[in-house]
Amino acid sequence: MIIMHSMKKVIGSIEFGVLSPQEIRKMSAAEITVPDTYSEDGYPIDGGLMDRRLGVIDPNLRCETCGANYKECPGHFGHIELARPVIHVGFAKTIYRILESTCRECGRIKLTDEEIEDYLGKLNINEARKSEIDALISEIHKKAKERMVCPHCGAPQFSIKFERPTIYWELRTDEEGNEYRHRMMPSEIRDRLEKIPDRDLPLLGLNPEKSRPEWMVLTVLPVPPVSVRPSITLESGIRAEDDLTHKLVDIIRINARLKQNIEAGAPQLIIEDLWDLLQYHVTTYFDNETSGIPPAKHKSGRPLKTLAQRLKGKEGRFRKNLSGKRVNFSARTVISPDPMISINEVGVPLIVAMELTVPEKVTEFNVEKLRKMILNGPEKYPGANYVIDPQGRRIRLMESNIETIADMIDIGWTVERHLMDGDVVLFNRQPSLHRMSIMAHRVRVMPYKTFRLNLAVCPPYNADFDGDEMNLHVPQTEEAQAEARILMEVQNHILSPRYGGPIIGGIQDHISGGYLLTREGAYFTKYEVEHMLMFAGVEVKELPKPDKVENGVEYWSGKTVFSLLLPENLTIWYRNKLCDDPSQCESIEKLIEEKLIPSEEEVRKVATDGFVYILKGKLLSGAIDKKAYGREDGKLLDIIVREYGVERARQFLDQVTKLAIWVITHKGFTTGIDDEDLPGEAKARIKEIIMEAEDKVQRLIEAYKNGELEPLPGKTLEETLESRIMAVLSEARDNAGKVAERYLGTNNHTVIMAKTGARGKILNITQMAAILGQQSIRGKRLYRGYRSRVLSHFKAGDLGARAKGFIVNSYKSGLTPQEYFFHAMGGREGLVDTAVRTAQSGYMQRRLINALQDLKVDYDGSVRDPTGIVVQFRYGEDGVDPMKSWGGRTVNIDRIVTRTLIKLREKG
Amino acid sequence: MTAKKSFTIFDHVLVPEHRVLSEEEKGELLKKYNIKPSQLPQIKTSDPAVQALDAKPGDIIEIKRKSPTAGVYYYYRIVVED
Repeated sequence: MIIMHSMKKVIGSIEFGVLSPQEIRKMSAAEITVPDTYSEDGYPIDGGLMDRRLGVIDPNLRCETCGANYKECPGHFGHIELARPVIHVGFAKTIYRILESTCRECGRIKLTDEEIEDYLGKLNINEARKSEIDALISEIHKKAKERMVCPHCGAPQFSIKFERPTIYWELRTDEEGNEYRHRMMPSEIRDRLEKIPDRDLPLLGLNPEKSRPEWMVLTVLPVPPVSVRPSITLESGIRAEDDLTHKLVDIIRINARLKQNIEAGAPQLIIEDLWDLLQYHVTTYFDNETSGIPPAKHKSGRPLKTLAQRLKGKEGRFRKNLSGKRVNFSARTVISPDPMISINEVGVPLIVAMELTVPEKVTEFNVEKLRKMILNGPEKYPGANYVIDPQGRRIRLMESNIETIADMIDIGWTVERHLMDGDVVLFNRQPSLHRMSIMAHRVRVMPYKTFRLNLAVCPPYNADFDGDEMNLHVPQTEEAQAEARILMEVQNHILSPRYGGPIIGGIQDHISGGYLLTREGAYFTKYEVEHMLMFAGVEVKELPKPDKVENGVEYWSGKTVFSLLLPENLTIWYRNKLCDDPSQCESIEKLIEEKLIPSEEEVRKVATDGFVYILKGKLLSGAIDKKAYGREDGKLLDIIVREYGVERARQFLDQVTKLAIWVITHKGFTTGIDDEDLPGEAKARIKEIIMEAEDKVQRLIEAYKNGELEPLPGKTLEETLESRIMAVLSEARDNAGKVAERYLGTNNHTVIMAKTGARGKILNITQMAAILGQQSIRGKRLYRGYRSRVLSHFKAGDLGARAKGFIVNSYKSGLTPQEYFFHAMGGREGLVDTAVRTAQSGYMQRRLINALQDLKVDYDGSVRDPTGIVVQFRYGEDGVDPMKSWGGRTVNIDRIVTRTLIKLREKG
Repeated sequence: MTAKKSFTIFDHVLVPEHRVLSEEEKGELLKKYNIKPSQLPQIKTSDPAVQALDAKPGDIIEIKRKSPTAGVYYYYRIVVED
């Protein structure tokens, strides 16, 4: 622990380069020469792969380099002196490029002095732009490789052939003009690379100080510390070595044999064979999936996991352990709804709360509280699981030690207490597509085993309760908790930066309930009003005056009750979704705009459900629908967030949703198949409409067949017919829908839901009650199936409505078998579409995020990348935070004018 | 050349106004954003607008764009060789 603290350092920058042989030897703690690991008595062999100088993994031994035990020693590198140099596979292609670009005699890059000057200048200009530099380097390579005579020494050049993974041939021509291949051994390559002067290296994309090209041909091989490749002792007592150790054993063994043979003066052929074998082992040691050579296998036939395999891919070090990490202090379980908790709360099961802890520092103000919690221990809520003493030692609380520790704690100690009501936690649901996918909530500890969340926060998480699970994280420091509270709490995300309007708001029953409460003619008794206000948690000192008295009973209108939740001086008017008589809405709009502060009586006279008018916190006209506090277009909610703050908006949302729920549960709100019952005359009317449409279609077909049809501009005759038929049929469906809507009436629950925007569209009602209409694939009528017909039930070439997917029945009346099949065809397209779309948009978003993730807005308002290259001179061209914008626009002039005028007229 | 119909790209509705900055303005711009010329967005000499203005590498071009959010928005690009 103490060592760790003294080693704390800040990383300023990272530079990558190639290790030079000197560096490898310098960082090496020992030369490894013995291809064995442990001796018979179980101790590491000196000079072996488990040499004690490379660090230890045995708890009983000490490292011979740093003297620390296995817990503290970080491990030390060793090295192997290779008898002959070998190519490093990772650089094989780079070596090929360099050999091609440079002279075989003098080692200079095969460019003229002018060209060198020119390219150096260009490289300097583009210092910071990686892609430009890459393009330049490959241009240089192309130019240099084509020079067959060196511009510096005049020596003739040969082209080089590269055979994967590590063999290079030179295609030479002798004096008589005969071509022959010469195998370039690594030592020869290394000699050539050594000749390249430092000043030419930048043109090859190398930094001479950090990576000389000859270092890409290995003469010394670093041996990673033992801690990188620990051996495991199996239950049977047999020791199993790591794959890397196995590979290193092979290398040492072949290296020793090669050395022996060289010293004994063996024939060149044998030496080259062994050399190639050494190359093979070193190659597979780096990358065992190198193309062109068989992967090295374990005794069992399993391919070895060598260095590249440890890093690469989804399961590799980067993606598994560095970009993504497993964390402590987190929980995951199924979610379920709870309309009674606030939108910024989350219900946490008791068993979860007793497992997750928050470190709380002991102060003189909380000693007593924490002492009690320690005495409760880990088994009794609210208790504590650990304490941390002033020296930083973690002590686990147990039945046996709680009393002693409770006595010991004092200022300076830290107690890891159970999660309690009011703690800040982060709540998340995958896929985390936007910032609202992780928000901070306040804890509410509850019985049972699910996380509970308010229904209004389902949209930002895209959550439902068909088995969804969510994650919860507990911030462990005061800084993290404060940051979560200030930046991430739910109420701060009511407005979405996507479209500058609310994304959190009332849904479904909240909307229907709001309508039932506030529509014209909704009155409630004193008993009801008191109950609903109590339920919604609204504190009122005194009820307002009743709106009417009938037979001695006082009644309050729903609008009056609703007004109790509104901020006192709020004034706003807008046309809502229920406005289907524009003239009525216009007359009230005119009244308001002319008088600005009209008297209540005047407004009452022209009041309509379709136009909302709130004057100084009083709802005078209009019913509440999705446009009030629904997501995406909740105008009322929008104004409250902006003008009264997020906390007031949260309170409003909490109260209004509960109020709506009380109303809807007490009024009773159901829907069933008989909601779609139509009277006989309506059915007859719909039938008539369908028959008319089919007649029209038939006439169009006749006209087409007789050649009387006029083609539309830009369309063939067939296309014209199709689009005319489609138009006729879709009009027929619309008309049928209107009939159904008229006969169902405004008190029908399905109609209420559709009209207020709570759930579904009028079209859905049409399809249930009247007619399903035309089924289509890619916007066309159905045509695929049999030859010139969709199903064998129709005549070939039949162009009629019913033969090509027009469904005259409704969901309620039931589909014929043919219609059922058509419906399935149309439905399948929808299914495939959604599946394809999610995959495509997911990938698109991934690429977008990868491209934009490092951009940031600087203090001067410009958008820059990490190297300081300007992308936008002003963020979004206007420098406006989209979350604070009015649906994307910087200011809402209308709102400012209205507010000013109201203020002025109030004065006089 | 005489036979060819002359066409000024800047007359086109979709082409925003381009202008070469003077040395003085250049200095001001670099100072305002505290940047090196290499940190500016680039525009190639092969760009029709650059050719029409006859700008040289190293020149900075000011582009006056219409913006749906901000009305007018100035963008600056440094001319680079193709």
